[in-house]
Amino acid sequence: MDAVLDVLLDIFTQPSIIVALIALVGLAVQNKSFSDVLKGTIRTMVGFLVLSAGAGVVVGSLDPFGEMFQHAFNVQGVVPNNEAIVAQVLMDYGSAAALIFFFGMIVNILLAATTRFKYVYLSGHVSFYIAAMFAVILGVAGFSQWQVILWGSIAQGIYMVVSPALVQPFMRRVTGGDTVALGHTGGAGIAFGGLIAWLTRGKGSSKSTEEMNFPKGLSFLRDTTVIVALSMAVIYIIVGLFAGPTYIEGELSGGTNFIVFLIMQAATFSGGVFIILAGVRVILAEIVPAFKGVSERLVKNSKPALDVPIIFTFAPNAVLIGFLVSFAGGIVGMLGMVALGTTIVIPGVVAHFMTGAAAGVIGNAAGGRRGAVIASFVNGLAITILPLLLLPVLGDIGLSNATFSDADYGVFGLILGGLSEAGGQIAIIVGIVVSVVALYVITFATRGRKAKKAADAEKESVA
Amino acid sequence: MTKFLAVCSTGLGSSFMVHMNIDKVLKELEIDGVDVDHADLGSVANGDADAVFVGRDIADAASHLGDVVVLDSIIDLAELRDKVAAAAKRHGLTD
Repeated sequence: MDAVLDVLLDIFTQPSIIVALIALVGLAVQNKSFSDVLKGTIRTMVGFLVLSAGAGVVVGSLDPFGEMFQHAFNVQGVVPNNEAIVAQVLMDYGSAAALIFFFGMIVNILLAATTRFKYVYLSGHVSFYIAAMFAVILGVAGFSQWQVILWGSIAQGIYMVVSPALVQPFMRRVTGGDTVALGHTGGAGIAFGGLIAWLTRGKGSSKSTEEMNFPKGLSFLRDTTVIVALSMAVIYIIVGLFAGPTYIEGELSGGTNFIVFLIMQAATFSGGVFIILAGVRVILAEIVPAFKGVSERLVKNSKPALDVPIIFTFAPNAVLIGFLVSFAGGIVGMLGMVALGTTIVIPGVVAHFMTGAAAGVIGNAAGGRRGAVIASFVNGLAITILPLLLLPVLGDIGLSNATFSDADYGVFGLILGGLSEAGGQIAIIVGIVVSVVALYVITFATRGRKAKKAADAEKESVA
Repeated sequence: MTKFLAVCSTGLGSSFMVHMNIDKVLKELEIDGVDVDHADLGSVANGDADAVFVGRDIADAASHLGDVVVLDSIIDLAELRDKVAAAAKRHGLTD
């Protein structure tokens, strides 16, 4: 009997099997044919194993970076790249992450159906990533496995409605409506940038970014594989120059010329990220449509919270300006760290692109050209400082060469981590319960106000 | 099988949304025989699909991909419906 249980445990604690089962449930709930269910379930399982393979490639290419950096600067250097860190996290916390991801969706639907926060977070890849972060933080805080999943799922569901809510005032301005929300882990940084842009808008005299002419030859910036390889090559070579060719060729490259070695490592890193993304794409292909379908049926007036590029079409020039200015903010932040002698957070190019561009679009809508620049610079600083502050909360994972890159990881991770520091597991549980209660209190409070407003308006029109 | 591809820069978030919306629109328009998928800009080559749907912010970067359908707004279903119907007509799925 024990032997059977052992085998079952072996099977069901494999993250690849857990995500496959999630896909199975999702497909079955949509009444798909046996063939589709079988195909989808197995593809999802294989997708997870592809992701794991990508993790190996990424870690292999980052190890020499970590060693070089330590040798050159005597401090830890971290590369903020979500795919790189999540793939590593999933190796140790994969099962918890997958279950938090799954139950988090259920909590999201429950909260969206019963509170005024009707956001359904459809960006599966980033909600998968933040589930991984919750798994790490709660695991490091000392919770048992089932507690990690319980509190992690509730935290995940709360996150899935709160992050879009933070950005929504700015989204309304950009899209001209209230039907679509932003579902991206850059939300807090983007909203904060937008807020600063709005506060500094002055008399609103700054012209829109779209009234400028922009050079056309920058299309390569939209190819993630290319910009990751290019930026990592630059970073590796700069660090390599400080570490010195003798060190690299002696310790790391086995004699190969150091520049050649570094370029190969940078390209390998980009390749690893490419593999991880391919795996994530397959995993989500079956799960997200199921989530979308179920949430559309169960939540009236739901607002889909979608990935960041949905606002790029509204202001393509702001996209480029936002990226470049955010990146500049990242460099300024990094130089600050160099000056202060802390662990160094390298600018993460994908994060600066996605969140900086979004901050640019939102800043432009709030305060024109100047708003775009201010919002993206603020965002750039935020996504450099927050990852640094988050590192201690991640336990051993914080010693890795990569880390989480977007603002929400920092904000929500620090809240959880801070609670843990302040009062251990009890504080975290209390914090989560209080947040849920707060969502309902806000819902009932504003419902009362809306009803009163409607009643007053009626009285006015009758009189 | 006619193939429609939704493309964005990471192949994960927005292209997936457009992919699901194209599926929805094709169902509404009662058009069969279309295989819809999504991908990232770096992985797509000319000839991979009969029609490639992109947001206007990457239209320039995608211009080499054959029949490129540029969307002014990735979230506007009405615009998507018109452009999907036009693409279906162009590829002989409707008359």
